[in-house]
Amino acid sequence: MKELSLNILDIVQNSISAGAKNIAITLSEDHKGILTLTVADDGRGMDADEVSNVTNPFYTTRTTREVGLGIPLIKLAAEQTGGTFDIKSAIGKGTTLTAIFDTKHIDCLPVGDITATMTTLIMGAPDVDFTLSHTAPGGNVSLSTRMMRDVLGDISLADVEVIQWVREYLTEQYHNFGGAK
Amino acid sequence: MKSLAELSALRDKMRDKIAIREGNSTTRIVVGMATCGIAAGARPVLTAFVDKIAKAGLTDAITVTQTGCIGICQYEPVVEIHEAGKEKVTYVKMTPEKAARVFEEHIQGGKIVAEYTIGDADVKK
Repeated sequence: MKELSLNILDIVQNSISAGAKNIAITLSEDHKGILTLTVADDGRGMDADEVSNVTNPFYTTRTTREVGLGIPLIKLAAEQTGGTFDIKSAIGKGTTLTAIFDTKHIDCLPVGDITATMTTLIMGAPDVDFTLSHTAPGGNVSLSTRMMRDVLGDISLADVEVIQWVREYLTEQYHNFGGAK
Repeated sequence: MKSLAELSALRDKMRDKIAIREGNSTTRIVVGMATCGIAAGARPVLTAFVDKIAKAGLTDAITVTQTGCIGICQYEPVVEIHEAGKEKVTYVKMTPEKAARVFEEHIQGGKIVAEYTIGDADVKK
């Protein structure tokens, strides 16, 4: 993957596949340049056996191919900066994934286009509620689809005009954002 | 600044159109958005289609959806065009530039861009 936002887009698809109704994406950068990513969902969760297998690239639940690279790739992206990767899950309780990156490390990927990741996710799963919170010493960016839904009523979040609004809404916030991009 | 109030205005505008919109969509663009597709550049391809549709004012006629891995990872980004009453067309190794051409020539013009389809030998190399 060329940027962390693509890893995020990829792993959040796992939460959607797990039947999550709510998915919280949090990016938090401290003054030392340590970036903590968490993706927390309320999907069906995994048992201990499955959790121990998810970082194995030759493990996948899919049937169209025999490898599953989403989790191994984000784990690699974190660990190659000297960071860590952790996944916690319980059946019926959902899954929380945490990846820590040292953005000062030469092998740290750029965060990239989080806006495009959010619009792609919302278009792909308009009935799921997403929250995004990206904080850094220089500012913060946030989005809640629940708040959008309260305003929009029965209009689908996947509607192109709604998606364009999300894009502009986040682009404006990122314009004034002081953190890692 | 973009605000939720603006979204409320958008809702009122769209409510008027929603009756016409329902079930009226005739063309479906499906973009592969699994690990393989994302790594190969599917996200900007999807964005390119959405932009084209918005600019052309065709949001009522065309929908863009996403799918997982269909097993031809080496040809990603893969895009399928489903049109009512026609056979599905599969485009492979897509880019935003190719997406723009497919939109103009195939979706708007009705002529398949054969050189980007999975059946074309040059694309398969």
